[in-house]
Amino acid sequence: MNVLEVRDGGVVLGGRPILRGIDLTVSSGEVVAVLGANGSGKSTLVRTILGLNPLRRGSVELFGTPLDRFRDWRRVGFVPQRMSATAGVPASVWEVVASGRLSHRRPLQPMRRADRQAIRAAIEAVGLDGRSRDGCGTLSGGQQQRVLIARALAGRPELLVLDEPMAGVDLENQDVFASILGRLIDQGTTIVLVAHELGPLEPLIRRTVVMRDGRVAYDGPPLESFRDIPHDHGHHVVRGQADYSPDVATPLERAEGEVGKP
Amino acid sequence: MNLLAYEFMQRALLAAFVTGLAAPAVGTYLVQRRQALMGDGIGHVAVTGVAVGLLTGASPTLTAVVVAILASVLIEIVRDRGSTSGDVALALLFYGGIAGGVLITGLAGQSAATLNRYLFGSITTVDGQDIWITTVLAVVLVVVAIGLAPRLFAVAHDPDFAKVAGLHVRGYNMLVSVLAAVTVTVAMRTVGLLLVSALMVVPVATAQQLTKTFRETLLAAMALGTVASVGGVLVSAQVDAAPGATIVLLALAGFAAAWPVGMWLRRRRRLAEPFGDVEDEFGLDDEHTVVPEEHAHAHGPECGHPAVPHGDHVDYLHGGHRHAPHGGHYDEH
Repeated sequence: MNVLEVRDGGVVLGGRPILRGIDLTVSSGEVVAVLGANGSGKSTLVRTILGLNPLRRGSVELFGTPLDRFRDWRRVGFVPQRMSATAGVPASVWEVVASGRLSHRRPLQPMRRADRQAIRAAIEAVGLDGRSRDGCGTLSGGQQQRVLIARALAGRPELLVLDEPMAGVDLENQDVFASILGRLIDQGTTIVLVAHELGPLEPLIRRTVVMRDGRVAYDGPPLESFRDIPHDHGHHVVRGQADYSPDVATPLERAEGEVGKP
Repeated sequence: MNLLAYEFMQRALLAAFVTGLAAPAVGTYLVQRRQALMGDGIGHVAVTGVAVGLLTGASPTLTAVVVAILASVLIEIVRDRGSTSGDVALALLFYGGIAGGVLITGLAGQSAATLNRYLFGSITTVDGQDIWITTVLAVVLVVVAIGLAPRLFAVAHDPDFAKVAGLHVRGYNMLVSVLAAVTVTVAMRTVGLLLVSALMVVPVATAQQLTKTFRETLLAAMALGTVASVGGVLVSAQVDAAPGATIVLLALAGFAAAWPVGMWLRRRRRLAEPFGDVEDEFGLDDEHTVVPEEHAHAHGPECGHPAVPHGDHVDYLHGGHRHAPHGGHYDEH
């Protein structure tokens, strides 16, 4: 079954096209890494899949339901890049992880035993047991990242989407993170992960999607390096279309003595 | 305390109790969203609402509620758009509100003294009907602020995650804004429109000095707000001072007392774990020196350098140094 399907997806942010012609299908149990340079649109892609960015053209389906009619959010978990800048009021690890259960609770419904168990298990899974009453502000960056992973795990999602979860995380925390992810994969969780580099996750990844300039440049098994991505276009400069035109010099680029001459 | 025998005093204390409980409950969410001054802004706009009531002969409380809610919805829309000039737009709204209020009060032929009752509160003139409205609204505020706490917390803490959890983020943000507007009008009679924000924010700031979790902060702020509010009414009755100002100064005194304690607690926490939970693989601490030198080979049993057991690992003698493999580099031991 397809967990996720994007057809001809196009996204415009602030009047600029960020994604175009995206076709992506992820089936149940797949582990997909979305790679690419800064600004290639990889984060935008996953945020669009989750409905955090509006889609300008094309369609997104989650578990076979079009995104705008999708209500079964308890099947989806999300780990953002980093914890939002420490808010004005302290929040404990337990409280942040507990918000991962909200998709299982109706408004005004008190927490049930199953919720508590799931929260405790999630905190244990990321190795933060004993710190659940501590304020998130007192944790290190790597530990805060683990809190965010625990929050997504508490909802027991079938599809876990991670947006550069390891940016700025040290090697030790990356290894912890890889082992958590390995366990989830064994349980059959579908994983879509945005990353700048894979590091210790490399052995877990079975499929990579490489983004370039808002398009999918490669989709297939992991490659040795980005340079191996096959090209089907010729390399030639189209004059006048590039931001920088070699024919026009800016004042600073003119040779000395030339300044002021027509 | 024969003062308590007076009916107006009983009403004043009840009004102080319910506002002291409700204002910090809503204020906690404003502080969490870093909108501590929002209550102040809505208070300014509500002045126009009061003036409209004075002009038309309708109940000023009622018109203030309506205008405050309209303003809060407008503020939330500006905030949601995230426009860069949102800050300025809010300022325009606030000053327009207070200027409009003063102007319309003048048109209504009312004196500044009438407006002052709303600007700085007049808890002792609360009548039977007012106390009913105040109590019912305050109970609604507390029930919503506590009952929906997990959701309101999640939406303010991480809106993106809340949206992916299926919560209606915009709706909840709007709800907090409207709650703030209702709080402003509920507390209008107690501490006045110009000081209402203090009762929403100061107890939260005080509570934060001592708490580590959101829940503790919320409940402690409500307790502190109630103590300051009821205490302020009692003190002001004894010394014949303005109740609104007394309440706010009491709340600030609480903060002044809690702040050094908070400093001490934070300092103690820092001293308790100076290096967090960093684990050193070799049980070393101060002698961890990374060797920048290039190694042509990896030290190991076969490398030919004399091996020296050192605690739980092996050092290799190398050019007068002892090198210990550590991750991708060598440490000088």
